[in-house]
Amino acid sequence: MSGAEWQLVGFSLRMALASLLLVFPVGLALAWCLARKHWPGKALVETVVSLPLVLPPVVTGLVLLQLFGRRGPVGSWLHHTFNLEVVFTWRAVVVALATMSLPLFVRAARTAFEEVDVKFEQLARTLGAGEWRVFFTITLPLAKRGVLAGTLLAFARALGEFGATIMVAGNLPGRTTTLPVAIYQAVENGEDAHAWLLAGVSAIIAFAAVFVSEQLLRRSK
Amino acid sequence: MNNAFLTATFRKRFPGGPEIVADALQVGGGITVLFGASGSGKTTLLRCLAGLEIPDEGEITFAGEIWFGQRGLRNRKPGATLLPARLRGVGFVPQDYALFPHLTVAGNVGYGLQALPAAESAARVLETLRWLGLTGLEHRRPGELSGGQQQRVALARAVVRRPKLLLLDEPLAALDTPTRLRLRGELRQLLRGLGLPTLLVTHDRFEALALGDQMVVMAEGRIQQSGPVTEVFNRPANLAVAHIAGTETVLPASVVKVVDGIVTVAVGDVKLVAVAPDFPAHATAAHVCIRADDVILVADVLPPASARNRFSATVVAVERDGPLLRVELDCGFLLKALLTPQAAAEMELQPRAAVGVLIKAPHIHLIPR
Repeated sequence: MSGAEWQLVGFSLRMALASLLLVFPVGLALAWCLARKHWPGKALVETVVSLPLVLPPVVTGLVLLQLFGRRGPVGSWLHHTFNLEVVFTWRAVVVALATMSLPLFVRAARTAFEEVDVKFEQLARTLGAGEWRVFFTITLPLAKRGVLAGTLLAFARALGEFGATIMVAGNLPGRTTTLPVAIYQAVENGEDAHAWLLAGVSAIIAFAAVFVSEQLLRRSK
Repeated sequence: MNNAFLTATFRKRFPGGPEIVADALQVGGGITVLFGASGSGKTTLLRCLAGLEIPDEGEITFAGEIWFGQRGLRNRKPGATLLPARLRGVGFVPQDYALFPHLTVAGNVGYGLQALPAAESAARVLETLRWLGLTGLEHRRPGELSGGQQQRVALARAVVRRPKLLLLDEPLAALDTPTRLRLRGELRQLLRGLGLPTLLVTHDRFEALALGDQMVVMAEGRIQQSGPVTEVFNRPANLAVAHIAGTETVLPASVVKVVDGIVTVAVGDVKLVAVAPDFPAHATAAHVCIRADDVILVADVLPPASARNRFSATVVAVERDGPLLRVELDCGFLLKALLTPQAAAEMELQPRAAVGVLIKAPHIHLIPR
C-alpha cells in the first residue's frame, strides 16, 4: 500500500474512534434516561434519535449540512463562539459518523440497561450507594455485554458510513475522504484494483473489530 | 409495645392493586415477625420501610428521625419529607437475596463499606464472614454458592454496615426444606446475637414461632393484630387472625430432658411428652404447639400427675366454630379443643365443668427456641 493509502486507512480509523468518543457518553446517558426514567418528551427524543436509522443517510447529511453550515443554527454559533468551521472539515466527518451510529448504540445500550434487574440497583441504594455509584458499579457492569455489542455496532456503522459523510464533509482527499468514499471514487475513476484493495482493508478492519469484541465478551463472562 | 424504635402509619396502593395499610406498626428491640398469607401486603410494607417504595400518605419515623412524613402526600408533593433509601441505614435482605452476580462474596459484603478506608473495610468483611461461617468463600461468585451460603452472604452484606434496623423478607423461603429447617434455629441464634431491631416477613407459622419475639399479623392488606408471639396465637383478635394463625395452642415451655427422640418439656407446672426425633440436644426452650382437633376430652376427671399427657382441666368457655364447638380449657395453661356438639352434650360440657384431657405424644409439636 502507498503512503496515501495508509493515510486514508489511518484517517478513517481515527474518525470512527473519534465519533465513538462522542457517541459513548451521550449514548450511555441517553440510553439510561430512556431505560430508567419517565419524562415528558421522551417519545419525541426516542424518535429523533432513531430517525437516522430509517431516513436515507443522504437526507440526514442534508439536515446536518443545514444545521452545521455557517448560516445554520449550530454552525453559526460554533463559528462565532469558538471560531470553528465544521462543514467540509474532518469535524464534519466526526459529526456525520456520530449521528449515524448513535441510534444503533443507544438501542443496544438501552436494551442492555432494561435487562438489568432493578432489584440490584435498589439493594445497592439500601447499602448507601448514590445514583452515580449505582450506575458505575451495578448497572453498567451488569449491562457490559450489551453495551460492548452496541459499541461494536456503532464502530462498524461509522467505518461504513457514506451518504451523510459525503453530504456534510464532501470528498477532499487527505482531509475528509474516508474509506467508503474513496472506494466509490476509485470505482468512478475505473481504478478497480485500487477499489478492491481498499475493500480488502475494510474487510480486515471489520474482522478485527468483531474478533476483539468477541474476546472482550468472552473475558467478561 | 414499649420502647419502639420504628413507628409507621401509612398507606400504599399500586395502580390496579389492593391498598396496603400499615396502621400503628411498631418495631422495638428483638425480632418482630410480620406474619400473613402470600399477597397480604407484607413485602410492600417492608419495601416502604426500606425506602424502596414511597407510601401514598402517612408517616414513618425511626428513633425520632423522620423517614417519611406529611400526611395527605401523593406523588411527592412539595413539603414532604422523604429520606432516601441510601440514608436510612437499614439492612435489607430481599427474598431472593439479590446478591450482585458480578461481584465476589467479599465484593458483595464490602459493597456498603465504601466510606471506610480499604484496610478497615476488608477487616470488617473478614470478621463478618468468619462470624457467619463463610471464611474461605471470599473469592467465590454468588452463582457458585449453595442456597444456605447465599442467604448468609446476603445477611452479611446487610449487617456489616451495622444498620439501625434489619429488614428480612422471607429469609428462608428460597431454601429447600431440609436446609430451611436446619437454618431456622441457626438464624434465630444469629439474629439474637446481633441484637438489632429486626422485622422479619414470613408466611410460615412455624417460622414465626421459631424466630419471633413480637408478632404483627397482616391480612387483606391491613395489620390485624400485634403482640408477643404466643399471645397472638393463643388469643387471635379476630377471625382473620384465627384463620391464618391456625387452631393451635402455642405455649412457651422449658426443656426438661431429651432421650432417644422423646422430649419432656415443662409448661408451668405441667409436664408434656412429645415425639421429636430431630430436636436439637442443646435447646433449652421451645414452643409447644397443639392443634385443637388433636385434643381428646373424656368425662372422667383424671387424678393429678397421672400418666403422661393426661390431666384434668376446667372448661373456661364453649363457642361454636362452624359445625364444631371450640372449647377453651384451663389445665394450668390455656388449651383449645374442638369437638362435635353431640360429644359435648354427652359430656355435659359447660363453663366451670371439670373434664379429663388426653393428648398423644406424636401430636405435641415442638419448635426449639
